[in-house]
Amino acid sequence: MMTKRKEFDQGLEQLHNLIIEMGNFVEQALADAIAALKKGDLEQAKEVIANDPKLNQMEEKITETGSRLIATQQPVAKDLRRILSAFKIASDLERMGDLAVDVAKVVQRLDGQPLIKPLIDLPRMAEIVQTMTYESIQSFIQENVDLAYKMAKDDDQVDALYGQITRELYSLMMENPRNITQASLLSFVGRYLERFGDHATNIGESVVYLVTGSRPDLNV
Amino acid sequence: MEALININQLNLYYGAFHALKNVTLTIPEKAITAFIGPSGCGKSTLLRTLNRMNDMIPGTRIEGGLSIGGTEIYSNEVDVETLRKKVGMVFQQPNPFPKSIYDNVAYGPRLHGITGKKQLDEIVETSLKSAALWDEVKDHLKRSAFGLSGGQQQRLCIARALAVNPSILLMDEATSALDPISTLKIEELAQELKDKYTIVMVTHNMHQAARVSNQTVFFLNGEVVEYSETEKLFSNPSDQRTEDYISGRFG
Repeated sequence: MMTKRKEFDQGLEQLHNLIIEMGNFVEQALADAIAALKKGDLEQAKEVIANDPKLNQMEEKITETGSRLIATQQPVAKDLRRILSAFKIASDLERMGDLAVDVAKVVQRLDGQPLIKPLIDLPRMAEIVQTMTYESIQSFIQENVDLAYKMAKDDDQVDALYGQITRELYSLMMENPRNITQASLLSFVGRYLERFGDHATNIGESVVYLVTGSRPDLNV
Repeated sequence: MEALININQLNLYYGAFHALKNVTLTIPEKAITAFIGPSGCGKSTLLRTLNRMNDMIPGTRIEGGLSIGGTEIYSNEVDVETLRKKVGMVFQQPNPFPKSIYDNVAYGPRLHGITGKKQLDEIVETSLKSAALWDEVKDHLKRSAFGLSGGQQQRLCIARALAVNPSILLMDEATSALDPISTLKIEELAQELKDKYTIVMVTHNMHQAARVSNQTVFFLNGEVVEYSETEKLFSNPSDQRTEDYISGRFG
């Protein structure tokens, strides 16, 4: 069987590589934002925010490349699913980048003040969503449906931790109203991480769609 | 949808060449079924067996069952002329007769014994209307069919096929010699005709099959690889060979 679709395959490969690039970028952005939060490092937070436009550019590049392939190559079946999934995954990754920026903005608003409590559960949550992000991208690279499902299951832990963190922060607020500003900022971080996990789960759904053609709901 | 055509374990040989291998298919009525596959896969051969056009090729041997509306069309009792009246065909190149537009359409009905002018007028008008050509030619029906454009000639051939009131219309690459606009007109026409006729089309243009047909059959080396709803076949085919063919990896 002779392959006679050089340009098409090159375009698809370009999409594939851009997704991996975006995935790595987002993982790093979240790691940096959480490190900045832990250390109260304003410089690092600033850097996370300043880097975000690069991620947006990668998403635009995916939209552009995918649209061109649709217009010129009339893709069908898995080729078409590959392009549609790339759009969807890129949009999830772009949102994840924004959420990392949101965490970095919280660091800026905390402005180096000492924290009302040591950060334990938020870094744990961050660790899980980082692993989820890594695995979602791996499941995409390997077209591994099992890994996508396994990764989505970890989201339960994220949700449970989120519940725990908010409960804890609420009681701190009730204890002392002066905690309210900081506690709400930290609970926002919990919310951002919880959303981050949902987007990783969405990527898993896109991988299942790419491989099987059906759209499951992994976000349950 | 009722099955109109039943093909059962059909084998066809051109001399020593085994062109169709154990083909089993049911084709529903009043729908468009597309045959796709690379050159030499047997799709046109199967189409031509549906009105016994292969009879004219010396050395052709056919085994197995092929019934239309419950009648085995390869049985000895079947009159081929009557069969072809019921199963009309449109070819790749428009092939109007060197006659007027009117006489092209009236040719079949006359052959089948209709002579009354009023009745012929009526058939010509209805057929040309069904083929979406009437408005373009009604004022010069006596002009030569050769004066029409390629797309019009092809619609004339469709009108000519419809004039003998068939139930099945076979289209063998019927748009491959036409420009994109004429192609779209024929495709739209096929969509309209499927309410009254069963259409089976062979096409090299996969996107045409995807646009127009209800079911698609993918052939490879004389065998049916996959037969499913068109939407399913083009979005999520079951067989890797289908996927490779429709994605342009071979063929």
